[in-house]
Amino acid sequence: MTRPSVAGNRTSGAANPLVDYLLRIADDRLVLGHRLSEWCGHGPILEEDIALSNMALDLIGAASALLALAGTVEEKGRDADALAFFRDETAYRNALLVEQPNGDFAVTIVRQFLFDAYSVLQLDALSRCGHADLAAIAAKSLKEDKYHLRHSSDWMLKLGDGTPESHERTQRALDTLWRYTDELFVKDAVDDATAALGVSIDLDAIRAQWHQLVADVVGRATLTLPTSTVRAAGGRVGRHTEHLGHMLAEMQIVARSHPGATW
Amino acid sequence: MANTTTAPHDDPALVVAFEARIAAGESIEPKDWMPERYRRQLTRMMSQHAHSEIVGMLPEGNWITRAPSLRRKLSLIAKVQDEAGHGLYIYCGTETLGVDRHDLVNQLLDGTAKYSSIFNYPTLSFSDVGVIGWLVDGAAIVNQTILAKTSYGPYARAMIRICKEENFHKRQGFELCAHLAKGTPAQQAMVQDSLNRFWWPSLMMLGPSDTNSPNSGELLRWKIKRKTNDELRQRFVNLTVPQVQALGLTLPDPDLTFDEATGNWTFGEIDWDEFKQVISGNGPCNHERLAARRKAHNEGEWVRAAATAYASKRKTASSEAA
Repeated sequence: MTRPSVAGNRTSGAANPLVDYLLRIADDRLVLGHRLSEWCGHGPILEEDIALSNMALDLIGAASALLALAGTVEEKGRDADALAFFRDETAYRNALLVEQPNGDFAVTIVRQFLFDAYSVLQLDALSRCGHADLAAIAAKSLKEDKYHLRHSSDWMLKLGDGTPESHERTQRALDTLWRYTDELFVKDAVDDATAALGVSIDLDAIRAQWHQLVADVVGRATLTLPTSTVRAAGGRVGRHTEHLGHMLAEMQIVARSHPGATW
Repeated sequence: MANTTTAPHDDPALVVAFEARIAAGESIEPKDWMPERYRRQLTRMMSQHAHSEIVGMLPEGNWITRAPSLRRKLSLIAKVQDEAGHGLYIYCGTETLGVDRHDLVNQLLDGTAKYSSIFNYPTLSFSDVGVIGWLVDGAAIVNQTILAKTSYGPYARAMIRICKEENFHKRQGFELCAHLAKGTPAQQAMVQDSLNRFWWPSLMMLGPSDTNSPNSGELLRWKIKRKTNDELRQRFVNLTVPQVQALGLTLPDPDLTFDEATGNWTFGEIDWDEFKQVISGNGPCNHERLAARRKAHNEGEWVRAAATAYASKRKTASSEAA
């Protein structure tokens, strides 16, 4: 008699790599959009309540379209809401950066800036990828995210080069969040598999462009680019920080309390 | 009896000319002469309105992070964002009367300014979002449609624009309630409970009864207001009761009956003691609402300081370059 094997795969990827690929793009936007929506009614100035809500709307809108597409590709009958509200945290594929709590306004702006700089490069590349539906969603979102990047870059300058207090808070946020940026550019088996389907972007080139863009704004904001090589990753395969579970618990509570109901 | 309608320094001849313009249905513009009391009444009304939009973001905003579908989440964020926009727009309108937005915000934060009583009630379930859109925006529309004909031009124009968006909110709220009223038993119970909790506060929202409305006489005479609180309240009830019936829901008022002679729905006595408690700061959420506004304001202090410091650095840099 043989004992059953306990040796499994190192990570449990989805059967269809394109689904995983789409979920990564969608979840980044859903999670970050949700975080921004937490500011609604509590912003430092009324104009920022409006601006942060606008960005939340754009990001969650893009996430809806991407999740719907992921559901179609998956062919398991899950629509965007099923994917948003009935997936557990280990099934979420967003990068760790976007799930980090809002913190003070400096943390929110730095997180947004680091993501926006990545997002415009990523979406620009995706808008030319070999999957027509994905390319169309990317092209639409790219227009919106260019505004987001302008907005977050402006605030990087205002906060970095504002008062000693704002400078210190922003530098601290940059130092804290820096460890989560590397993950955005790491290629893995999912990227290799979708590349074979004609869906790929050059992450190495994007990393270099991102670094240049970020270094430029950080410099003009009189801030210092972190030199730490500490890296945190895992979001792309469902290994998240503890923050995501709490966020999803709140986000999913009503939907899950009424299984089978529609809204 | 002392004349309270004009401040002592108002030139009586100018007041007569002003009232003739009002009587002729003319619109008063920011640079026109106006009695000091007219200016003060408008400042009071417009700033209360702006504060209500801002505080009104909180009860509905309470459900943004828990909205149970992506579509509802998007429309709720958009709605609360619209309210921020209305607040900003009316604050700017108030500045045409020579007051500073920052002073008005400080009055809200120190508790001396009033805002709509309705926002001091808690939102306890997701269907509250629907009922607020339907009833609260509905009552606001009844009030603001009339205010769009107010004698002060900037306020009238603001109301026209704002009413368009409020109409959209009302339809969205009604659509959510209609959906829930046809939903699971739990959803039906949820929306009925929301209606039970928000019905009376919605009626109170239209202000004290005409027999006890200290500002109404002057406001009507100067055509700042065009209808009395009770007229507006009756109109709101008449519009809303058939909608409640259409959804198969009930209203928590055993005295509600249709009066064939007048064509009005007559309703029970409003609990004016509750209304007084809420507007004097002792409602269920007055403390929480102001605390949330103060927290946002205090925590935003360093951000505003940074923006100001950066702007003055840019100004210095550009003037040195010139």
